Amino acid sequence: MVATEAQAIASDWGGGVHPYRVGHRKLGMWLFIMSDSLTFSALLIAYAYVRASNVWPTPFPFSPSIVFSSVMTLVLLSSSLTMVMAVSASSRGQKSAARTWILLTALLGVTFIVLHSLEWRHLYMEGLRPFAIPAEWAAKWPGATPLFGATFFGITGLHMFHVFTGCIYLLVVAGRVNKLNHEDVEISGLYWHFVDLVWMFVFPMIYLLSINMGK
Amino acid sequence: MAKNGLDEALEDKMSAHTSDDDAHFAGSNRLFISVWVWLLALTGFEVFLGYKQVPVVYMLVILMGVSLIKAALIIAYFMHLRFERLNLVLTIIPALVICICLMLLVFFPDSFRAKDLRSTGPPPAAAPAESR
Repeated sequence: MVATEAQAIASDWGGGVHPYRVGHRKLGMWLFIMSDSLTFSALLIAYAYVRASNVWPTPFPFSPSIVFSSVMTLVLLSSSLTMVMAVSASSRGQKSAARTWILLTALLGVTFIVLHSLEWRHLYMEGLRPFAIPAEWAAKWPGATPLFGATFFGITGLHMFHVFTGCIYLLVVAGRVNKLNHEDVEISGLYWHFVDLVWMFVFPMIYLLSINMGK
Repeated sequence: MAKNGLDEALEDKMSAHTSDDDAHFAGSNRLFISVWVWLLALTGFEVFLGYKQVPVVYMLVILMGVSLIKAALIIAYFMHLRFERLNLVLTIIPALVICICLMLLVFFPDSFRAKDLRSTGPPPAAAPAESR
């Protein structure tokens, strides 16, 4: 009788235990990632809706747009690998190696931001604005919606902001890695991988579906 | 004071906790590098597909399918969810999938209606007003 009662109370959901076997900070990061995933999902679904219901330009040439965005994808994927190496080193107690990998990850993040800024500059110089498309595009795709700029700058801008904040987060973690425990490094890794994950949807939807076949 | 069965069971359960200082990290570097190579290969396939003359609907379906595979690889191995408890996986993934499906359910069918209403060119010039 007592044993049965004990089993019932001491089960995962009986209180007094961590049913997920993760700390509260890590669980908090997972919940944040869930909410942020829904933000990006809503934006991308809204983009798909606007795109399907309007004449949509397909202006991206192979060079520089597709080359740049492909290299940016390579940089982000590589930064995820360096981040996972950092977490792996941290789990073995190799704080110095973890710091090096984290700094390398932040450097790749900065590279991504620089490449993306160059891509933005190129489009801005061409005449793309948040609420207007270049005259050349308007002539080539008659009736094309000016919402192209709003969705492009909105979605890629929000993603770039996440990369920027991620770089700052990683630099703080790298600076304090000796005082932090392994789970703190792992949590920063979760955030960084999420930033990479979002780009896996932004890249094909924004860039690959808008390739200009003529160039 | 002697412990009863309830106390002992609770203590056993508590000692099995993951404390903040525990470092449990499964997966080898070789595994992570092979996942990275797969992700690069899938990205290369996406770019290749972007230059194929495929109808946009098929293109969208294939690209989203490949992106979901890439997302699953990142979540499972880089974000380590494959090595976490099933409790955590079942709390995070189904809720997210259901919410996204609900958004798609509401918005996407309407985009097909709006597609039939969209203008395909500049508005026609206004007809001259009739003189009376």
